[in-house]
Formats: sequence, C-alpha cells, structure tokens
Amino acid sequence: MRIFFHLGRYCLFLKKVFGKPEKHSVFIKQIVREVDKLGIDSLGIVIIISVFMGAVITLQTAYNIDLPIIPKYTVGLAARDSILLEFSSTIVGLILAGKVGSNIASEIGTMRVTEQIDALEIMGINPAGYLVLPKVVAFVFIIPALVTISMAVGIGGGYLAGSITGEVPGPEYIYGIQYAFQPFYIVYALSKAVVFAFIISTISAYWGYYVQGGALEVGKASTQAVVASSVQILLFNLILTQLLLA
Amino acid sequence: MIEAIDIHKSFDDKEILKGISAGFEKGKTNLIIGQSGSGKTVLLKSLVGLHDITSGDIRYDGHSFLELDNTAKKRLRQDIGMLFQGSALFDSLTVEENIRFPLDMFTNWSLEKKRERANFCIDRVKLENANNKFPSEISGGMQKRVAIARAISLNPKYLFCDEPNSGLDPRTAIIIDELIQEITKEFDMTTIVNTHDMNSVMGIGEKIIFIYQGHKLWEGTKDDIFHVQNKELEDFIFASKLFKKIRDNNI
Repeated sequence: MRIFFHLGRYCLFLKKVFGKPEKHSVFIKQIVREVDKLGIDSLGIVIIISVFMGAVITLQTAYNIDLPIIPKYTVGLAARDSILLEFSSTIVGLILAGKVGSNIASEIGTMRVTEQIDALEIMGINPAGYLVLPKVVAFVFIIPALVTISMAVGIGGGYLAGSITGEVPGPEYIYGIQYAFQPFYIVYALSKAVVFAFIISTISAYWGYYVQGGALEVGKASTQAVVASSVQILLFNLILTQLLLA
Repeated sequence: MIEAIDIHKSFDDKEILKGISAGFEKGKTNLIIGQSGSGKTVLLKSLVGLHDITSGDIRYDGHSFLELDNTAKKRLRQDIGMLFQGSALFDSLTVEENIRFPLDMFTNWSLEKKRERANFCIDRVKLENANNKFPSEISGGMQKRVAIARAISLNPKYLFCDEPNSGLDPRTAIIIDELIQEITKEFDMTTIVNTHDMNSVMGIGEKIIFIYQGHKLWEGTKDDIFHVQNKELEDFIFASKLFKKIRDNNI
C-alpha cells in the first residue's frame, strides 16, 4: 500500500512543480545555474566512465569473438551498438542517478529540515515550483548533450583500446563503427535519456521535499532517491525499448 | 491585529492545539510562551498557514485567512515576515542576496533600488561588513539579524518570530529581542514571538499568552505575570533558579 501512497503524493508533487514560475527572469537565471551545476559538473565523470567503458566493451568483444571467420570490424560494430543502445543512455543514466539524484535530494532535503522551504512558502512562493522546476528543465535540456558526448568518448575509448593493444586495428574499427549504422539508434538513446533525466530529477526532488527530521533523514532520503530513480530507470528502459525498438 | 478563534490542530490522532483563542495586537510584541512541546510552534505555524488547522478560524485584520483564495493568500503572505528558529537563510545566497530575495521575487525595481533597500535593512539591523558573506561565514547572532532584515525588506504588516534567541548568548539574545521590539514600533507591525525564555518575557512581553499542553492557560502582560496564581505558569516561570531566588528573596 505504501507504493500507492508515494505514487499519489508524487503526482500531487508534480502538479505543484509544474505551476507557473513566480518570475520569468529569476526562472531563466536558475535554469542557467542548474545547467552548470547538474550538467557541466557531471561532464568529468561521464567522460571518464565512457572512455573506460568504451575501451572495456571493445576489448571484451574482441576477446570473445576471436575467430578467423569473423572479421575484426565487427568488434567496432558491436562496441558502437552497445554504446549507443545501452551504455550511453542507461548506464550513464544510472550513474547520474547516483551523482545528480543524491545531490538534488540532499540539497532540497537540507532546505526542508532547516526551514528554508517554509521560509519560501511564507513569502508566498511555491517552493516546489521555485526549487524543482529549474532543475527538471535544466537536466532534461542538458542530458542529450551529456549522452552525445558519452557516445563519442566511449567509441573513442574503444578505438584507443583496440589500437593500443593491437586487438582491433584502427581502420577496421572505424569501418566497423560506420557499418550498417542506423541513425534511429541515436534518437532512441536520446529519447531514453530525456525520460531518465525527468525520472532522476523529479523522483530525487520528491524524496528531498518530503523529508522530516534531521541530517540522518536527509541521508536516508538521498539513498532512497538514488534507489527509486535507479529502479525506475531500469523499468522505463524496458518499456521504452519495447515501445521504440519493437 | 491577528485573531485566533478556537483553533484545534491534530496530527493523525494526536491533538496538539485544543481550542486556542487569542488576539494579537498591532504595534505590540505579542509573546506566546510555554514549555517545549506545549504547542507554541504549531500555533505559530498554524497562524501563518504552514499547518492547516483542524477547526477554528484565523483572522488578519478581520479577514478570515481560511476563506482567502490562493491569490489573496499569496498577497497576504507578502505582508508577512517570519524569523525562523534556525534563521532559515538561503545557504547559496550571500547576506545581501538573502535580504534582496523577496524584492527580486515580488518587485520590478531596478537592481540599484533593490540594493538601496537591502542596505537600508542591513543598516537597520546594525550589520556591518557582511553584505558579501554567506550565511555559513557569519555568527548565529548575525544570522538572526540577517533573517530580521530579510523579514522586513518588503515592509510587512505582520512579523512572526519562532524562538528568535534560541542558541544565542544572553547579551546577543537581548539585542535581538530589543531589535524586534524597536522594529515593531517603528513599522507599526503586529508581532508575534514564540519563546520560552523568561528574559525575553520580561524584556519585550507587552502581551503574553501562556500555552500549556495545547490549552491557553493565561493571558496578560509582563507586569502581572508574577502575581498570577496558576501552578503551571508558576512552574514555568520559576523553573529558572534566578527567578526562584528573586521570588524567594522578595526582590
């Protein structure tokens, strides 16, 4: 029954979040700040993880299809498809659920327990709309860029790993990543990423917004935000895959 | 003037406020006193609409708060300033930005005019060299001053203070109390202060309401509080050894 309670309260929370912003000039400034905080600050971890994952995917594929009858370029093809279809959207989404989700939940949770949210309400400001909507808009706006960078860097990491180890020569890898390329995979990955960004930002904000207590509860809310966001990402990954690729 | 009329407030099955009626007068510092857990904060938060009351009515200058639509409530809230127990300053904003915040949200003034108003409020609460500091970089007493400055930046009609001197040393606590009283007179506001500090009661208690276990047990002024024959109120007042000594020695 608890899940229905949270689902209902989450829907009411979204209604508050998507209320009209108090002042458009302030709203735009907040979006720019959140793009920097949630997006640009996540760039480092996205690049590092993408390089290494691209490299590992390439090497594992190369070691597992090490048969003379299978051309080497298939390693590039497999690495490209793995990165485009799953890694850059879903895995990066899960990583960002940890980084961005915990950041949002703890920031809003701390504001709740230190009465900063009450202070906003007293002033006649809709706290959910003021605090959360800029985060949602900023994250949904910036995540396609993060995922696109992840795709490029991941494929680049694969190229480097294949070339340096000699498992997949550079020209064959390049041929492989171009072979039978389907542009729709990019649309598919970016569509998933946008949905994941919405899930991460709203679910994390929800857990932070309704914290009651002190530092311990903020920590718990942060953990719950990451767990709930991750589970929803996996669920929606399945649903979107069926809807978009079937 | 703010009136509380037979306010009841329950959380789940637990009734916290049990039919409180009181009037809070304009131009005076009205104090709500009582032990921790007596329902003071719930009453204060109910009066400003942070808690929905279970039954009863709250009137601001004769208008029922509960009957106001959202737009009217929002307009009324711009006439309310509140000083929270922990100051509730926005961590990510500097002192000046905190004070300017209500002006940024609700006025179309130029930046210069907003800064001028913020600096007026900063001067009024006697803050020095703090404009560009963040809340974490200033002392508790200074944070309270910033919170007061923020609360008065929009020139409110009503000021609510939830335990304004908790966590402060006695000297700073007196300064904050005096500041609240001065501002109340200067801006002719209806001020309600929640406290369990007897120094505040004796310092600024022009009208006092004593709450005990969700009931209003007594109402009066600081001049007659020592002459009341009420066990709960006596226990509250003379819990302090100093006040006990004053009573016992008939000072």
